Amino acid sequence: MKYEAVIGLEVHAQMLTDTKIFCGCSTKFGSEPNTQTCPVCIGMPGVLPVLNKKALEFAIKTGLATNCNISTFSRFARKNYFYPDLPKGYQISQYELPICEHGFIEITSEGNAKKIGITRIHMEEDAGKNIHEGNGNYSYVDLNRAGVPLMEIVSEPDIRTPLEAVEYMKKLRTILRYLGVCDGNMEQGSLRCDANVSVRHKGEKELGTKVEIKNINSFKFVEKALEYEIKRQIKVIEDGGRIIQETRLWDSDKGITESMRGKEEAHDYRYFPEPDLVPIIIAEEWLNKIKKTLPELPDIKRNRFIKTYGITESDAELLTSEKSLAEWFEDAVTSGGNPKLVANWIKGDLLRILNEENKTIEQCPIKPSQLAGMLKLLEDGTISGKIAKTVFEDIYKTGKDAAVIVKEKGLVQITNTDEIEKAVDEVLLKNPDEVERYKSGDKKLLGFFVGQIMKITRGKANPQLVNEILNKKLS
Amino acid sequence: MSSLHMLTISEARALLYKKEISVRDIVEAIIQRIDSVEEKIRAFITLNRENALLASVEVQKKLDADKSNNKLLLSGIPIAIKDNMCTKDVLTTCASKILYNFIPPYESTVTARLKEQGYILIGKTNMDEFAMGSSTENSGFQTTLNPWDLERVPGGSSGGSAAAVAADECIAAIGSDTGGSIRQPAGFCGVVGLKPTYGRVSRFGLVAYASSLDQIGPLTKNVKDSAILLSIIAGHDPLDSTSAPVDVPDFTECIGKDIKGFKIGIPKEYFVEGIDKEVEDILLKAIKHLESLGAILVEISLPHTGYAVATYYILATSEASSNLARYDGVKYGLRAGGKDLMDMYFTTRAQGFGAEVKRRIMLGTYALSSGYYEAYYRKAQQVRTLIKKDFEDAFNKVDIIITPTSPVPAFKAGEKTQDPLQMYLTDIYTISMNLAGVPAISVPCGFTSNNLPVGLQIIGKHFDEETILKVAYAYEQSTDWHKRKPDL
Repeated sequence: MKYEAVIGLEVHAQMLTDTKIFCGCSTKFGSEPNTQTCPVCIGMPGVLPVLNKKALEFAIKTGLATNCNISTFSRFARKNYFYPDLPKGYQISQYELPICEHGFIEITSEGNAKKIGITRIHMEEDAGKNIHEGNGNYSYVDLNRAGVPLMEIVSEPDIRTPLEAVEYMKKLRTILRYLGVCDGNMEQGSLRCDANVSVRHKGEKELGTKVEIKNINSFKFVEKALEYEIKRQIKVIEDGGRIIQETRLWDSDKGITESMRGKEEAHDYRYFPEPDLVPIIIAEEWLNKIKKTLPELPDIKRNRFIKTYGITESDAELLTSEKSLAEWFEDAVTSGGNPKLVANWIKGDLLRILNEENKTIEQCPIKPSQLAGMLKLLEDGTISGKIAKTVFEDIYKTGKDAAVIVKEKGLVQITNTDEIEKAVDEVLLKNPDEVERYKSGDKKLLGFFVGQIMKITRGKANPQLVNEILNKKLS
Repeated sequence: MSSLHMLTISEARALLYKKEISVRDIVEAIIQRIDSVEEKIRAFITLNRENALLASVEVQKKLDADKSNNKLLLSGIPIAIKDNMCTKDVLTTCASKILYNFIPPYESTVTARLKEQGYILIGKTNMDEFAMGSSTENSGFQTTLNPWDLERVPGGSSGGSAAAVAADECIAAIGSDTGGSIRQPAGFCGVVGLKPTYGRVSRFGLVAYASSLDQIGPLTKNVKDSAILLSIIAGHDPLDSTSAPVDVPDFTECIGKDIKGFKIGIPKEYFVEGIDKEVEDILLKAIKHLESLGAILVEISLPHTGYAVATYYILATSEASSNLARYDGVKYGLRAGGKDLMDMYFTTRAQGFGAEVKRRIMLGTYALSSGYYEAYYRKAQQVRTLIKKDFEDAFNKVDIIITPTSPVPAFKAGEKTQDPLQMYLTDIYTISMNLAGVPAISVPCGFTSNNLPVGLQIIGKHFDEETILKVAYAYEQSTDWHKRKPDL
């Protein structure tokens, strides 16, 4: 391919504070319109903002976790524009002096590790929502969201493919969730993404004209929207045209981006320092205190898992993608589970069943120690791998320990060769035609015999012994 | 007692404490006075008669029940509030049609503190719309006239508060000062007006004009009342991040001491072309008088004075253009019809704002626009820093600085309305203090041959209101300008 894309992402993350950034109103999602408002967040005359210290702390934590410099002196600024969901006619944001700058996060894309630079992270307030319902003569405004704290995380234009963009978003989401500063819910809009994209000939140093894409609200759409936009830009260039600097909106129904406004219609936000808030000065002491509260971050945890537990890199990556999943894994291992087995069972049966039942790991009815207990029975040969799958489902349904289930249902593996031989004989005797066909070369029938034997032994026969004896008898 | 309306806070309070008069007596006296002169002065946008009378019963009860020596400091004192301070359940218009029906569901910190001390809200006073102006002629509702000469303006933007105090329509009043809006009308109306240090008094509930310059302060009949009110309204407020966590002394305790040896700076830049000859003469006499009280005069320089008006009109209008964006017809106040959203915005703001407000919004929008920001807003901020430094340097040499409050006495209504620049220049002596954030007080220091009051401005260091009150009190007590009353 002779073109390459240059992508930078602007991610808006709603912070998980209990109250809004400049007043005491609740940030709860989904309440009746305008029930979580006060004179401050609806912009009444004469009221003043007061910074929520928790929001500041969350922004600092995010900065620390993404290798940023934390500014000891930063300030808020006003971004001026008119819109009904913006009660003051300006958004309190940060402009010249953001709280965090010059960081990076590491992603793995198609097997390669890569650093994506973070230009800045700044704090700002969310706007409300316009609701367009009814006959079209008027719209409603819901200001419950107005003043909910946001972080805007701006990446460097280091991203080259839509896939890298998705990996970056996922990694960022993982970090935010580890820190507990954002729930990362893209459907509810607590994590939102705008992208700046341009294309250029490979090897070229100069950047192409960039286009901003707004309204990308899922990982899938990040990939789709960027793929579409890159193709569109390449086609424009190949057709001899020029890219115009503009803002485009992703339409997920149509699967295309559409022009929203050009450079000439771009807002002049008339930023200036917010005179109602004093500059933010971060004391070294407080910063150190916050540093100490940081959890083990996903990259470090992943490397530790690989080193300590000898699991594969991809398993470690998966297990550390959620803090709670990583904790579940470690709990199971601490309870005596073989790390590799635990990892296999989590990524196989456990995540499958949780997914089917639409449950999170926190809601999983199986305790980590219960998986470990079952795996011990499997390892010491008390139950077979096949039986283990049944036992696993039983633990999930009943919450009983594996040992209890095995005992109650009599599921202990048959390792007695005599008993197995009896079953083998019985099956061979009952199916003379199949034995004939097998002997004349239809080796696939081996599976059929094993199945029949397992049926008689109710799955308890040790599969290795069954194979051994069957082979002996048939040869 | 037919003259109760003429009392000061300290006089009225003494009578109320001793039960020589009741709260109702004084409230009724004020209402009577309003009834007899308000038609001429038109100082109030909203009169709070019924509520004031109702409140007087409550306050009296509390006062009667209180046997302590620490009675509420403003028990039953009728005070007028400039109409840009939010008063819960009482109309607050900012003298703007765009807020013609706005009744705040919350109380400003300043009025809440007055309330805690038992004050009676007698009414909300007229002002220049959104505090933008120097004559109160920019009110969206009415023009207030100067009690000393009913053909003249009371100054502005706190013209309603100053006129109400001068005409004894209240015992005292509260105003706000962004570029001289307390001091200049105090000078024009012959009363005492104090602009505290920026950050001394909470701005919560003060409808913002220019947030980095706005400051609330008292307009009173004498210096002692100013000290009383400042002691009550000052102090850190968790609702205002820009209010300073600085201790508040009892300002009434610092007055009454002599000022011998005080170094008084006379800035040479303030006594130049443009100052009215009579005003200059009166000021020079006042300065001589201070010298006779033992003060030492020092000529000083505030070299960046000439840039103050320009700097102010960039910064104040920039902030205003943003502060006034919330009046869009969506949530409260005026909503003019419109065929769509844009049309509604345009019509609402076209009908709701007056000419001066529109002029300042446009000026500020321009100064903040991309491509102009560096040349205007940022440059003005840099000059502001220099002006602030002028004062710091001066205060290394002197304790206070003395200037005229205004280069001219009260001018005639309509005289300067056609020429905004002439109007802006009447604030030339008061604007620098807002830019520097330092406190300043205006006290009466004489009368022109037309019997118009002239104000003396006393400027202090940051958070040193004590010294300016001390000097103002010493001056006032050794003169009797403050005792003169307009003939109404």
